[in-house]
Amino acid sequence: MKTTHRWILYLLLVVLFILHNDFWFWGTFEIFLGLPIGLLYHILFCFAASVLMYLLVKFMWREK
Amino acid sequence: MILAVILIYLALVLSLGILSHKFFRNTGEDYFVASRNISWFMLLMSLFGTHMTAFSILGASGEAYRRGIGVFALMASSSAIIVPCVFLFIGTRLWKIGKKFGYVTQVQFFRDRWESNGLGLLLFIVLVLLLIPYLLIGVMGGGDTISKITENAIPQWVGGLLISAVVLCYVTYSGMRGTAWVNTFQTLVFMILGGVTFVVIIYRMGGFSTALSKVDTSLLRQADHIKPLELLTYTCIPLSVGMFPHIFSHCLTAKDVGTFRYPIILYPVCIAIVWVPSVLLGILGNVDFPALKGPEVNSVLVQMIRQHAPGVLAGFLGAGVFAAIMSSLDSQTLSLGSMFTNDIVRPYLRKGGKDQMSEKQQVWVGRLFVIAIISITYIISLIAKPSIFRLAIWSFTGFSGLFPVVVAALFWKGSTKHGILASIFSVILLWLFFFLRYWQTSGYTVGGTGIMPVAVIILVSTTTLIIVSLITKPPSSETIDRYFNT
Repeated sequence: MKTTHRWILYLLLVVLFILHNDFWFWGTFEIFLGLPIGLLYHILFCFAASVLMYLLVKFMWREK
Repeated sequence: MILAVILIYLALVLSLGILSHKFFRNTGEDYFVASRNISWFMLLMSLFGTHMTAFSILGASGEAYRRGIGVFALMASSSAIIVPCVFLFIGTRLWKIGKKFGYVTQVQFFRDRWESNGLGLLLFIVLVLLLIPYLLIGVMGGGDTISKITENAIPQWVGGLLISAVVLCYVTYSGMRGTAWVNTFQTLVFMILGGVTFVVIIYRMGGFSTALSKVDTSLLRQADHIKPLELLTYTCIPLSVGMFPHIFSHCLTAKDVGTFRYPIILYPVCIAIVWVPSVLLGILGNVDFPALKGPEVNSVLVQMIRQHAPGVLAGFLGAGVFAAIMSSLDSQTLSLGSMFTNDIVRPYLRKGGKDQMSEKQQVWVGRLFVIAIISITYIISLIAKPSIFRLAIWSFTGFSGLFPVVVAALFWKGSTKHGILASIFSVILLWLFFFLRYWQTSGYTVGGTGIMPVAVIILVSTTTLIIVSLITKPPSSETIDRYFNT
């Protein structure tokens, strides 16, 4: 795997970590798709984390 | 009827654990790490089931009752990114080293990595002391759940005894394989029954939107109960998985390093599946039980089950809670038995560099320790107070504080014995400082800023490790070559 790709994945990991701190919904009370928006955001965050883990495993796996 | 369902469930768990004994090879490696032969699905279920404890299920709903939706961000989605990363970057490496050198405990690795028996012994003591409150929470949470669901037909002490006895039987008899089998079954049970509980309770409450409309809106946004710095620094807590002895043991059970792939990918989804119902039910508990105070809030989920799903269903749903509790209790007990056998008894019986214990003896010593640990935990659970639930976060804080140790072991050739010792002592001192002063303060953060004590401890322990390592002598080049030039 190219070093550039590796760094892009590391960068995505940092971005996802930053996105965990959702200050934009901090004081919002709004029901969206039946759920409080702050909760829905973090449920989707879990799925995004799963997708990123898939990419990390696919492109960075150490086992050769 | 509830009682019958619970007893049938416990009998089922026991049978499964005992059945797995059919594949037992009567060696220390088989008893402690299932001969490193576990498939990806069982690894995922074991790791996840072990990580999710009484604290995750009962504590999470209790916290959500008090603090609302922010608890999901704080405790669940933070783990969804940190825990799989720990498995990817740390767990796979530990597996390789464990396989290559035949390790079954963390202390064996750290002792050899920094050529120090004293360091191994110190870590052993610290890890055992941090794990004890965690075990207690399991036994007490289980006993309390049984007593509440059966409306005291089974008192707490009998409930705790039942759970301890079942765990004791299959862990003692079948070791890690029995534990992995039972964990897989129990994790599936609590994931499925968690969903069923949620649907049934919501239905009985007149639908989700109706139930949610009765909740105070401050619980449905984060701002009123959680500070941004708390959310940021709470992400240090899940780092504890890198130092949990029971998670380490499960990592070693993988068949090969590729076995980690799917557990890493699916872990965040499993977290969402378990925590969403727990958190939402905790919040909705405010509708039916608006006046719960202190440790009582941890029983909100059980009270909801009792109120909205009486009869046989309550038995099934109660079984889901026990599943979560027992799937951690078994692994924790086994890892402690493994540590006593492999970190204390075996090294000190060694003569002229040769092991004096046969494989059979290792298994039997492990079994005796498992019996002793469960018995002692049960006795302490009879006298401990319910406020013990507060200790969970402090237990995690201690393990997370030690996270730099495993990172240094795997990634930094220049780390030294003295650097690690200094780092461990800094964790002990700071942990004691925060714990003795603030353990009774619920939701304590440093100076009320939102900064969790764990972030301060990790910062100090990392800095201490680096500074002391830079000015002291690293291990011999032979040792460095063993672990880094492979």
